[in-house]
Amino acid sequence: MNELALAIPWLGKRNPAAARGVVILLAFVAPLIAMLFGKTWVRILDFAMLYVMLAIGLNLVVGFAGLLDLGYIAFYAVGAYAFALLASPHFDLHLPFWLVLPLGAGFAALAGIILGLPTLRLRGDYLAIVTLGFGEIVRIFMNNLNQPINITNGPQGINMIDPLVLFGWDVSKPLKIGEEITVNSLFQYYYIFLAFVALSVVLVQRLQVSRVGRAWAAIRDDELAAKAIGINTRNMKLLAFSLGATFGGVSGGLFAAFQGFVSPESFSLMESIAVLTMIVFGGMGNLAGVIVGALALTALPEVLRYVAIPVQQALFDKVILDPEVLRMLLLSLAMIFMMLLRPAGLIPAYSRYSRPELVVGKEAGK
Amino acid sequence: MKHTLVALAVLGLGASGAYAQEVVKLGTAAPLTGTQAHLGKDIENGVRLAIEEYNAKGVTLGGKKVKFEVQAEDDQADPKTATTVAQRLADSGVKGVIGHLNSGASIPASRIYNEAGLPQVSPASTNPKLTQQGFKGAFRTIANDVQQGQAIGRYAATKLGKRVALIDDRTAYGQGLADEVDKAVKAAGGTLTGREFTSDKATDFLAILTRIKAQNPDVIVYSGMDTQGGPMLKQIKQLGITARFITGDGGCTGEIIKLAGGAIGSHAYCTQPGLPLDKMPGGKDFNARFKKRFNTDVQIYAPYSYDATAAIIEAMKAANSADPAKYGAFISKVNFPGVIGTVAFDAKGDIKDGAVTVYQFKAGKWEAVQ
Amino acid sequence: METLLQQTVNGLVVGSVYALVALGYTMVYGILGLINFAHGDVLMVGALVALEAIRLIQTHAPELGLVPTLLAGLSVSVLVCMVLGYTIERTAYRRLRNAPRLAPLITAIGVSFLLQTIAMIIWGRNYHTFPQLVSTTPLEPVAGVFITPVQIAILVVSALLMMALMLLVNKTRLGRAMRATAENHKVASLMGVDTNKIIAATFIIGSALAAVAGVMFSSNYGIAHYAMGFMPGLKAFTAAVLGGIGNLGGAMLGGLVLGLVESIGAGYIEDMSFGFLNSSYQDIFAFMILGIVLIFRPTGLLGERVADRA
Repeated sequence: MNELALAIPWLGKRNPAAARGVVILLAFVAPLIAMLFGKTWVRILDFAMLYVMLAIGLNLVVGFAGLLDLGYIAFYAVGAYAFALLASPHFDLHLPFWLVLPLGAGFAALAGIILGLPTLRLRGDYLAIVTLGFGEIVRIFMNNLNQPINITNGPQGINMIDPLVLFGWDVSKPLKIGEEITVNSLFQYYYIFLAFVALSVVLVQRLQVSRVGRAWAAIRDDELAAKAIGINTRNMKLLAFSLGATFGGVSGGLFAAFQGFVSPESFSLMESIAVLTMIVFGGMGNLAGVIVGALALTALPEVLRYVAIPVQQALFDKVILDPEVLRMLLLSLAMIFMMLLRPAGLIPAYSRYSRPELVVGKEAGK
Repeated sequence: MKHTLVALAVLGLGASGAYAQEVVKLGTAAPLTGTQAHLGKDIENGVRLAIEEYNAKGVTLGGKKVKFEVQAEDDQADPKTATTVAQRLADSGVKGVIGHLNSGASIPASRIYNEAGLPQVSPASTNPKLTQQGFKGAFRTIANDVQQGQAIGRYAATKLGKRVALIDDRTAYGQGLADEVDKAVKAAGGTLTGREFTSDKATDFLAILTRIKAQNPDVIVYSGMDTQGGPMLKQIKQLGITARFITGDGGCTGEIIKLAGGAIGSHAYCTQPGLPLDKMPGGKDFNARFKKRFNTDVQIYAPYSYDATAAIIEAMKAANSADPAKYGAFISKVNFPGVIGTVAFDAKGDIKDGAVTVYQFKAGKWEAVQ
Repeated sequence: METLLQQTVNGLVVGSVYALVALGYTMVYGILGLINFAHGDVLMVGALVALEAIRLIQTHAPELGLVPTLLAGLSVSVLVCMVLGYTIERTAYRRLRNAPRLAPLITAIGVSFLLQTIAMIIWGRNYHTFPQLVSTTPLEPVAGVFITPVQIAILVVSALLMMALMLLVNKTRLGRAMRATAENHKVASLMGVDTNKIIAATFIIGSALAAVAGVMFSSNYGIAHYAMGFMPGLKAFTAAVLGGIGNLGGAMLGGLVLGLVESIGAGYIEDMSFGFLNSSYQDIFAFMILGIVLIFRPTGLLGERVADRA
């Protein structure tokens, strides 16, 4: 929260307390503002919250511990499928949400360790390709495990997943307060997701300045030196993988409940790349950066979707490029120019526990 | 908040008021970017053609002349994006939706359409679950996997040869169809020599084809799309395999002939639900009309999305209203000759059992044999 | 036995295309430490430009023979891709030479999307048929193995190109400068090597190889499409890492091994796993092999065994 507040231009540095208030206020009224433009935007905000969680989790692995993971979406998939299998008519299991979500997170963490163990010795891009492969392996298994025994229902996916039900409160139904007001389920989901995000932020913030966080920073900056000063690099790396995976698992579980349907299509390599893009775009290693990156890159394509036709009509009197083509064009240009202009991201990591010039510097390594 | 929405709605009407007729917007959603973009665009074009033709003929609802417009959305073949664009269509006041392509996109989106009370007619999603969720407004103009898979399996095992090898592209469509073929082949007394797998992104099938060659089947059933089917036919020839080849509606296209180069011959068969195009009143010149309007060939789904659009508009005409609450109930009652055959739905919302036509490749094109 | 031989030939053909693409990845990586994500899309541009050129030649100069037409199309596409490669390096990567390590990865992904979108605007969304200038009809089978002229051409051309590249890197002045730059930019530039020029040259050569691979790919399968670069790009990247990224010989070996593993994996996995796994796990097989190799040799098959190198 502090970092987000500080990142607000002008106000952030002058009056951090006020800036913090602004951030919290914005988080609360965001869906109301979004509603002015239609329910679509509330739904986009809901998804944005899920991506924020994913970005926070991946940032833990890549930004804090310096382990490049190109298959992060696998943990999201594990969380989502765990939820789908344990709370849907597929096996006719309908375990309660407060049991399923931790189980999903646990499975994801376990998957993180399974990935972490054999890859401890790998560095940089070797690690990247193995994690990429891991992501694909998980997806392919989900796509094929409908035989010999039907576990995941293969490419058809699992439908009719139970919605979130908290102590008898069914989030997927409109909530009636008194006679007059009904709260749409999209809003209810938003606030629940927001609570999870807030919890994650607090957790990760504490983690970053803890002994563990400093150990990760040390490993990222120089693994050999970290080992030399007595850091158990093996355990620390495994911890990074499994903790990062936990966030993915929780986010995946929430996704399954929100969407009501999961199929392997949702967990493609492009999704892993999208999350990685979010954190680099926003500012890797910086919590505020990755949050802003996730929000910006979830919203940007949708904004482009809206403005593509009117803008062209205003400029040329007719639609020259299909909106979806223009959207892809502008999105790719935004990615390129953003990185050219701000290579460390929108809100670069500040230098207390991270020295990007060390991590990165190609020359330094050679 | 309400006021803003009303204001927006008024602005919208103000803009269209210039035409002095009521505008009815229909939504369509399919992947318009990514590897399936050509199929998504095919769906969109089918909808556009239908709407333009209805507009040209003129449709009057509730005493007012109406003009149909399309709002096309890109769901990127992604379930999450599908729900977002579904919401966007619902928000922007479309009266009905033709979409989506992938079952994985259609199913999550169908919940949103159901909440918004919008009818949804999918021209391409074959997963049986789509119409089994208890949503009143969910329909499809494409046959679900069961009917077609059985027709392919039966025809293959009884007419083309007892020993059948099966290739499944592991998409929701391919796997669903292949499962039915598998059952039907065995029911018809054939034997399955093996089931091989590929993906909808693959271009090289030599490895699995070599394996199939060793099994020496009489016929290869391919359950997948034409963009893989074309190169596959070519590689079948490359390996000197002489078995016959049959595929479903995903490969029953002009595209597969083009992509196979010279490697397609009279050993190739395909099936398509509905009667042969040239026997349908609207079907005869469909391809020509389509080509003239969009300067591109029909891929697969344009006839289905054309008929899906027609089903919605016919229901509106029957109800004499474009209000989803009013005309929704009439979709299940439509019965008219479309491009793909007679368009009528069963109680669940699936297209009613029509004949499945088997085609054989003869003299440069697919010709109906049964 | 015939089946095994046939699978080996299948694997070698696919593998040599992978190898050619992998060379582009590995050259750029060796010099810049950058995963050039857009490399697969350069392959796509190569195939589509060649297609366009061949169509033009066939309408305007149909009397030109099959092979000259193909060569002309190929040359045009190689030239276009060289310019493209240079442009990409100059605009999207050069400024980021000293930026955080992942920044150029993101621009690379951006460039990849951009190329695909532009190709989609120019060539539309439909699959195109690539003209069959070299025959895909199989020759008389030898020992039961079917092989087509285009497959033979692919094997020969890739072998020749790989040899030429080896000679270039190991025997010429440019090659020495490239190796020096890969070793250490700063020192190389102190020794009078114009590193910017060398890096640009690397991109140009890599792109030219991708263009050739694209044309071979499309000639073999008879198709071209704006999104066709993704899979070969991914596979080639895997191959480059398998062989030891940054190492030319490694990329070739990695490509061939990957092609063989896929082919033989898909052919025999069902028998080997007693029917539990089947060819739907074809892609997993490749990644599993990669994982296993990297566990025992963390820097790939032929990678340098440097204890600690960032």
